[in-house]
Amino acid sequence: MKIKLLVGLLIIAQSCLATAGDLAYITNEKDDNISVIDLQKQKVVKEIPVGQRPRGIILNHDQSLAYICASDSDRIQILDLNTEEIVGELPSGEDPETIALHPNGKIIYTSNEDDAILTVIDIASSQVIAQIEVGVEPEGLAVSPDGKIVVVTSETTNMVHWIDTKTNEIIANTLVGARPRSVQFTQDNQLLWVSSEIGGDVVVIDVASKEIIKEFNFTIRGIHRDRVQPVGIVLSRDGQYTFVALGPANHVAVINRKTMEIEKYLLVGRRVWQLALTQDQSQLLTTNGISGDVSVIDVSKMKVTKSIKVGRYPWGVAIRHSQ
Amino acid sequence: MTMLKNNEDKRLVLISFITFMLLTSFSAFSAPLTIHMTYLKLHKPHSPALSNIIKMASDSGYQGAKLAIADSNTTGKFLQQNFTLSAYDFKKPQNLLTRLKEEFNQGKAIFILDTPLSLLKKVDLWAQNKDILLFNISESSNLLRSSQCLITMLHTAPSQAMKSDALAQWLLYKRLNKVLLIRGEKPADITLAKSFKRSAKRYGLKIIAEKPWSFNTDLRRNAQQEVPLFTQTSKEYDVVYVADQAKDFAEYIPFNTYLPRPVVGSAGLESLSWHRVIEQWGAAQLQTRFTKLTARYMNEIDFNAYLAIRSVAQAVHKTNSASVSALNAYIKSPDFKLAAYKGRKLSFRAWNGQLRMPIALVHPHGLVSQSPQAGILHPKTELDTLGFDQQESRCGTN
Repeated sequence: MKIKLLVGLLIIAQSCLATAGDLAYITNEKDDNISVIDLQKQKVVKEIPVGQRPRGIILNHDQSLAYICASDSDRIQILDLNTEEIVGELPSGEDPETIALHPNGKIIYTSNEDDAILTVIDIASSQVIAQIEVGVEPEGLAVSPDGKIVVVTSETTNMVHWIDTKTNEIIANTLVGARPRSVQFTQDNQLLWVSSEIGGDVVVIDVASKEIIKEFNFTIRGIHRDRVQPVGIVLSRDGQYTFVALGPANHVAVINRKTMEIEKYLLVGRRVWQLALTQDQSQLLTTNGISGDVSVIDVSKMKVTKSIKVGRYPWGVAIRHSQ
Repeated sequence: MTMLKNNEDKRLVLISFITFMLLTSFSAFSAPLTIHMTYLKLHKPHSPALSNIIKMASDSGYQGAKLAIADSNTTGKFLQQNFTLSAYDFKKPQNLLTRLKEEFNQGKAIFILDTPLSLLKKVDLWAQNKDILLFNISESSNLLRSSQCLITMLHTAPSQAMKSDALAQWLLYKRLNKVLLIRGEKPADITLAKSFKRSAKRYGLKIIAEKPWSFNTDLRRNAQQEVPLFTQTSKEYDVVYVADQAKDFAEYIPFNTYLPRPVVGSAGLESLSWHRVIEQWGAAQLQTRFTKLTARYMNEIDFNAYLAIRSVAQAVHKTNSASVSALNAYIKSPDFKLAAYKGRKLSFRAWNGQLRMPIALVHPHGLVSQSPQAGILHPKTELDTLGFDQQESRCGTN
């Protein structure tokens, strides 16, 4: 009995350690602040005021800083994650929405939604290096893991634009479904996943040929197909799963990447938008814009375990591993 | 380079040259496409109204079309497709018709029409059996969608029936079943009221009284005295519906009714295809682009014109063709999906050419609701609960 108890305690301790001190940073679009969630305690431990209409948020490679798009303040803010204070800004052009960091950690890309531009910023000198004209309402942004290509989607132009990171020029364009939102590269640089909100689909594009090789359409019992609006995408690092936030369908789709089949739908909060995995890939967090909360999903069980209330219209989520 | 020695060599060079030219002309890059569209507007005589403070912009519609051209060209530059627009306005219907025919004879075949019912009918008669694309962006008459169909036309303006159905669904949802109907005495007001009565019947609302407004008093001074008396009825009502197309007296009804009740229709809660308060599904970005371009807010007519041009552009992007018959066929096909900042894909009804769309219910500074209301069911798409569904329309398929 004692041994069983001890083993039980060890197992609990182990699972706690896995996410002990992991912090999730949630941008609250309408509250102009960030909710900080301690994933061990499973609750909000702090709110950090930031600029107006915060949306895209990413962490730098050593996870000491967060870069936040303060869209209505027309700038990217730099948040020191140790002191939890804004320590600087980057020039971003007007209305930056999303943000992506080059693997070299030196260059940041941001989409300027109102001006149909992708801005390239050198972090060290805080200078805009280039502004690339893209389609109308650029949003989804991703840099290939090998750093060679940056892609951006244009929501009204319905395209994925492929840009050479050395020349900062568009080398190709792929037409996708209506209102493309998020883009994610696979770790091996071979494939690009793209969600189309109004098109209602997620496509997989072969990076070499720039052509669509697979399309996923989502059917959820009791949910009208027009409510299925894929937005955020996250890929598990082990190559096992892709998770897709389906917007007003209030579900996350789980796609098995080995079989390339949709495996499951998980019910989360209202208007699920973006998602992020903890470093050990054990937990998935989703931001639910309309219900103003974050859903926590246990990935090993594929079950939603908790909803945590945050601010108004949570948009982006970035998770920092415990330091 | 050696001189060609004999005829055989020369023939070889000639054949190689011709082959090279043929190969390069069938290269991977197609020739750039230019698609031209023409905006034609007939001036409407201004209806006399008590207050002239709030006016509709004189370039309504045209600015929406201009923004749509700009957005289409942003995509088009990646696809080697270029969109151009020319615009003309007229005081006399005959002059508009003449210009339309001239343009068509010069090879222009896509027209955006901001013209009333009578002129649309004439255009439709002339346009039959021609390779032409016509869009009605401002006439909302129910006749065109039910019994007097225009075979050649696509409508991006919602019909009065769609708007009154949108309102009636909301009233049903809110259980505001007993309606006091007030209408002006002009033919346009009677038509508006008729559309609402049809919607009320469809959704089981009860019109407890219908009162024609015939006052000549200056409501800017007397609304607080006149309106309560006018709206005091023997039967109770939950809501007041006002049919006043020119907004002559409608804006004086809210807050002045005898029973404290919401006012809907031509004032209070209005049922529209577009309004400046619409923000969701990326609409905020469209609104911003528009106000940057024009220094005013985007209105319904602007938006309807925007949709017409974007429909053409979407067809061009997908078919990579400038042939009007190909574009027409694509727009009417099940593959056609228009993203229109309303949270769902839009398409045209096969039986009467009407663009299906959700309708916004707004007060002057806020969005109240959107129809179709949650819970209203339909076998194919709830968007078809607004306006004339296939079996309700005497229009055949195009």
